[in-house]
Order: sequence, then structure tokens, then C-alpha cells
Amino acid sequence: MNARFNDIWVYLTATPLLGLTLTLIAYQLAYWLYAKARFHPLLNPVAISVALLATLLALTGTAYQTYFSGAQFVHFLLGPATVALAIPLYAQLARLKAEWRSLLIALVAGCVTATSSAMLFAWMFGASRTTLLSLAPKSVTTPIAMGIAEKIGGLPSLTAVLVVSTGIIGAVLAKYILDALKIVDHAVRGFATGVAAHGIGTARAFQVSEEAGAFAGLAMGLNGALTALLVPLALWAAAKLM
Amino acid sequence: MLPALTLLLVYQTVGEMLAHALDLPVPGPVIGMLLLFASLVLKGSAPDNLRDTANTLLSHLSLLFVPAGVGIMVHAGRIRGEALPIIVSLVVSTAVTIAVTALVFSWLRKHGK
Repeated sequence: MNARFNDIWVYLTATPLLGLTLTLIAYQLAYWLYAKARFHPLLNPVAISVALLATLLALTGTAYQTYFSGAQFVHFLLGPATVALAIPLYAQLARLKAEWRSLLIALVAGCVTATSSAMLFAWMFGASRTTLLSLAPKSVTTPIAMGIAEKIGGLPSLTAVLVVSTGIIGAVLAKYILDALKIVDHAVRGFATGVAAHGIGTARAFQVSEEAGAFAGLAMGLNGALTALLVPLALWAAAKLM
Repeated sequence: MLPALTLLLVYQTVGEMLAHALDLPVPGPVIGMLLLFASLVLKGSAPDNLRDTANTLLSHLSLLFVPAGVGIMVHAGRIRGEALPIIVSLVVSTAVTIAVTALVFSWLRKHGK
């Protein structure tokens, strides 16, 4: 029986079917749990899906590459989803026109804080150079962050993990931090979450309100663009000075 | 659904082409997003089917991050070895970033203009 199951498993892992199906099942299970708990931030669906899948792959001795050959179809959709952020953004056009100056300044403040504090704290606690460079773009959505990491000498696949972790941490903490600071405006709450926690923060913000989601999506897109410009420039300047 | 999805992919492709051709540090999908946004502003409205498709895609945005997250398996060794700096950096930096962005934005909205 066991040997037979093994045969079937080996056969299935040779096709992209398994990775894709498992990802969708794990996510829907995690999402069901999240909805049951009335969207409590601690039950973040990405965190739970990743834990489920990583445990399953470890138990069955399946390599990540094997899993990813199927899961890449889901991963690929990050591109068109990023483009699709233009639509909720457009819905907020009136507010964008009225507030673009404040938005831009807050964005620069958030972007500089995110990259510099990530590297500073990691360096203070003795992280290696590779880890430090892989952490720099941690607040930016996965495809962008991986591109930046590759450019500056980090490990793109490690960056992807750090980015997803950042997103989960941001989605979990945002409510508590913003409540403590007495920030009530959904536009501000969404924007801050999007700058710090990219798409996972944006997904969380959309669950709170359409307005918070739109501003989070805007923040995610703008921060992606700004970080992609600033991080390589800052490191280049730092290398020149040292 | 299909025309809207095609449109999103076309904008992404144009974004990628521009990023490569002009050697821009900004990734293709972000350029695609900015171009689509500019097109909607010029057009003056967002078509219903495009809005529906975008909403469907974005309603499960967090699903799209799962495959990259599972990559934690590959880096388990490094992450365990540098757990303290990684965890402190991620938690503190993310919390501070949320606070700084929110405070700057809400201060400017009250006092700036």
C-alpha cells in the first residue's frame, strides 16, 4: 500500500499538476480558517498556506523545485495582478489629484525608512553581507524585490522569502500599530500598510475597505518603483564613498 | 474576462519591453500599471469588464505570494543560522515603516497643502 502510494506520488510530482493543485487547496483551507475567524490578522492565509505546504513537502521528501514547476502558474499571475492595480487606483483619481504632494512625501519617508532600517537592524545583530543585501528590498512586492536583489548582489530566492515574511508581519501588525497611533482615515491606513507590506498588506487592506485597498495598492506600486530606483543608487553611492 | 486579461498581459509586455529597451531600473509590471493608469485617465472611465477582471485577480492577491513563500524550505539553513538579525530586522523595520508612513501622511494632510 505504502509503496503503491509512493509510486503514485512520484508519478504526480513529475507533472506540474500536483504543485498547482496543492497550492490552491492549501490556500483555500487557510482562507476558510481566516474567514471563520472573521479575518483576524493573526490567522494570515499566506502564513498558514506556506506552513501547510512546506510541512507537506518536507514530510513527503518533495523538492521545492518540483513543487514550483506547478506553483509557477500562480506565481506568474503576480505580473498581471500588479498591472491590474491601475484600476482601483483610477477609482481614487479625485483624491490622488487633491493629495499627491502629501502622498509623495509620505512615500519617500516610508521607502527610506523601510530599506535603511531593515539593513541597519540586520547589521546591528550581525547578519552576513548576502542576507543584508537580500533584506534591502524586503518591503517591495516579490517580482520587483527579486529583480533588485539580483542587481545589488543579494540572493533573489532568499529575498522572495523575506518579502513574503515582511508582508505577513505587516498584515498582522498594521491594525495594532495604526490603532495605537489613532490613525482613523482608511486612505492613510491603507497607504502605510501598502508601503511597508506590499501585496500581502494590500490584500489585507482590501479586506478592510475598498478605499484602504486602493491606497495600499497605490503605495505598493509606487514604493516598488521608488525602491527599484533608490536602492541600487544608494548602494552605488555608498560604494563610491567607502 | 478574456479580453480584459489579454489587455493586462499586453500592458505588462509593453512594460517589460520598455524596461529592457530603455534599461530602466523599474520592473515591467510597474511600468505596465502606470501606463494602464495613464490610459484610463486619458479615456476618462474604466470599462466594466476590465474592472471585474481586476477585482477577481486582486481579491485573491495573497494567494499569488504562496509559491514564493514556500521557498523558505530552501533557505531554512541560512534563516536558522541568522534567525536573530533576520527576525529583528523584519519585525522592527516593518513596524517602524508603517508608523513613519502613517504619521508623515496624516501630519501633512492636517498641516501641509
